[in-house]
Amino acid sequence: MVNSDEEPRIGVYICDCGVNIAGVLDNDELREYAATLPNVVKSERYKFMCSEIGQKLIQEDIENGEINRVVVAACSPRMHENTFRKATREAGLNEFLFEQANIREHDSWVHMRQQDDAQSIAQDIVRMAVAKASKLEPLEVMKVEVKPSALVIGAGIAGINVAKDLGDQGFDVTLVEKTPTIGGHMAQLDKTFPTMDCSACIITPEMVEVGNHPNINILNYAEVTKVDGFVGNFKVEITKKPHYVDQEACTGCGGCSDVCPVITGNEFDEGMKERKAIYLPFPQAVPNKFTIDMDHCIKCELCKDECEPDAINFDDKPKKIEKEFGTIIVTTGYKAFDPSDYTPYGFGRFPNVITGLQMERELSSFGPTVGKPVRPSDGKAPHSIAFFQCVGSRSFQPGMNNYCSRVCCMYAMKQARQYKEKHPEAEIYILYMDIRAFGKGYEEFYEIAAREYGINFIRGRAAEVFENPENNNIIIRAEDTLLKRPIELEVDMVVLSVGLEAQEDATVISRLLNVSQTADGFFMEAHPKLRPIDTLSDGIFVAGVAQGPKDIPDTVAQAKGAASGAASLMAQGEVEIEPYFSVINNALCSSCLSCVDLCPYTAISYDKLANLVTINKALCKGCGTCTAACPCNAITQNHFKVSQIMAMIDTAIPTR
Amino acid sequence: MVETKDKIGAVEAPGWKPYILGIFCNWCSYAGADGAGTARMQRPAVLRIIRVMCSGRVEPEFVFRGLKNGADGVLVSTCHPGDCHYVTGNYKTFRKAPLISKFLEQMGINPKRFRLTNVSASEGAELTEIIEDFVEELHEIGPSPFKNKKE
Repeated sequence: MVNSDEEPRIGVYICDCGVNIAGVLDNDELREYAATLPNVVKSERYKFMCSEIGQKLIQEDIENGEINRVVVAACSPRMHENTFRKATREAGLNEFLFEQANIREHDSWVHMRQQDDAQSIAQDIVRMAVAKASKLEPLEVMKVEVKPSALVIGAGIAGINVAKDLGDQGFDVTLVEKTPTIGGHMAQLDKTFPTMDCSACIITPEMVEVGNHPNINILNYAEVTKVDGFVGNFKVEITKKPHYVDQEACTGCGGCSDVCPVITGNEFDEGMKERKAIYLPFPQAVPNKFTIDMDHCIKCELCKDECEPDAINFDDKPKKIEKEFGTIIVTTGYKAFDPSDYTPYGFGRFPNVITGLQMERELSSFGPTVGKPVRPSDGKAPHSIAFFQCVGSRSFQPGMNNYCSRVCCMYAMKQARQYKEKHPEAEIYILYMDIRAFGKGYEEFYEIAAREYGINFIRGRAAEVFENPENNNIIIRAEDTLLKRPIELEVDMVVLSVGLEAQEDATVISRLLNVSQTADGFFMEAHPKLRPIDTLSDGIFVAGVAQGPKDIPDTVAQAKGAASGAASLMAQGEVEIEPYFSVINNALCSSCLSCVDLCPYTAISYDKLANLVTINKALCKGCGTCTAACPCNAITQNHFKVSQIMAMIDTAIPTR
Repeated sequence: MVETKDKIGAVEAPGWKPYILGIFCNWCSYAGADGAGTARMQRPAVLRIIRVMCSGRVEPEFVFRGLKNGADGVLVSTCHPGDCHYVTGNYKTFRKAPLISKFLEQMGINPKRFRLTNVSASEGAELTEIIEDFVEELHEIGPSPFKNKKE
């Protein structure tokens, strides 16, 4: 180990990153420049420092005793800091004597056409990193226990798969779902593309399996309301909403629902079918227990008289459950785009304009029309249907989303084919911008839809629709961009292929968990390519559409990945935490207590009798706010000491 | 606010480019700057970034020392309100910022040389715009009066 009073001998290693850095910067010049800096005894350049050979270069110099501090000028430390720290540690040097200079993301990639200026910035960045390296001190890594329990938020197909995989591996899983049943959107679907297998037949057995799993605890009709702690030790408060029906006693017989006089729209059927105020979302719901919707209940108490096990309890209250978890997986899914505000398509005004999800319910054998789609205006099977693509997606109009929702092309073709199978004489039109059939077997599905099923594809986004007042038919105005002329079509029914959006409460989850959202509202992954299911908060993973629009195969793949990420953390049983916590020197402390109020984690406490301020290492998360505020400079933050940051600021400006 | 011009003037040489020192929080703004890089968003070559875990770590002295050393501008960038990885660190910085500006004004330094911004981890494009805007403003203000006066 390096003695901190040993004179610093810094090795600087410049990475070409192929052409990513060397294509803009003159790395030989940079290597020569680095060699002139104070305390630098070695300056090297290599094509890929992160490769095995690159790491060896560093390790050999450490092992030979040539250097006792390392600076790598390469990509962002958020990319490869851990790689190089590990290499440093393995060569026998404390890993916190390593500093990374970010000359890729912060220089060569953003100054591609300003090579001279980029070069001088690279020199500045390397000089600052060398200055900081000179002041670095060895630190000990902290290890914390990881509890073998996982919290899965959202019980759609993603959450179910995560829970099942983790439960099978023996971890204690809590699956939280805000609606009364698990299953999510997939349970609403009739068939899945491109194999046309029955959605309910795939997901309901999984729902039952999760429901009966000895290691999985389902908390349906519940929401996460508070999250404290950090990786390995999250303290979570979950609020279970009142069902007003004793879930233990309820047998799911449905007698209550039969006598309930209140009729309202069933959310599960997208409002196409009625349900009572006391209800089961759908017959296969898991858990198969009833819930009273208090927004609609008139408290006639007819159900109470009918219920044989006497399960109805109008005094039910929300319950708070507190539990500790080692890892958290966010699988909150999506909300379908609501086309009501987009007036040109007439949704909500014209009865025969419906959404893709409503069509899905109509096609479902346990849906409102038992699998025989009809026009809402007269209950007759439509002869002609037009599907509008990209509703709410790929548009820069206000209220719409810029991104592609990735599933709408496929589900529209699937629904069109399903309807054609039942009504071969039907005329089907799909008005599209371009067909995005990107997955395995998707292009073939499209080919068959066009060629064998005779579905008419019209390239052009629909402009607006009108209703024929005589027969409630929908008149469409659009432009066929292949024929380059405007067209007018009269059809019996229009299906809007609505896109996917982030859940309305995604912001709430984001704040609770400290997980970032991208501009479109979906949760942000730690790295788009290499860490697509990790979030920037350690121990928290994201899978499924919560991360961005995707289809079922991709969702399940991500769910399995997230389960594996969480499992590897929990299986290790402990995790290393960067020891960036703050340290107090009581000899300098004047007990002004500014720091005590500033600490967001109540890690700083004051013992009045002893007149002593102490910082609890286990609670401190290393933000450094107290360090900045301390008027006596009694508090220092490890790895971000005043001397270390000032060294960078003092060398920031070139003296030449 | 009354416009405070730098007491000791400096003349802009032809081809002069401002020097900006950035102090960015690790979780939002540094990640946002990385995002700008990954997306190859081109910006004026003016910015050098120091990483701190949280903007709460930023001491006013960091800004003063940066300017005294000859930086034309200092940009402190934090998470958006409510997004702080450490719950409230950025709010502490929001409260410090007006004091920093006031102090600069009293010392006869144009307080516009110090900027506080919010850049989230997904806002590489916004960061690019902020830099362009800051550069434009620094061109109006002119080079640092401390340039090349470093001892």
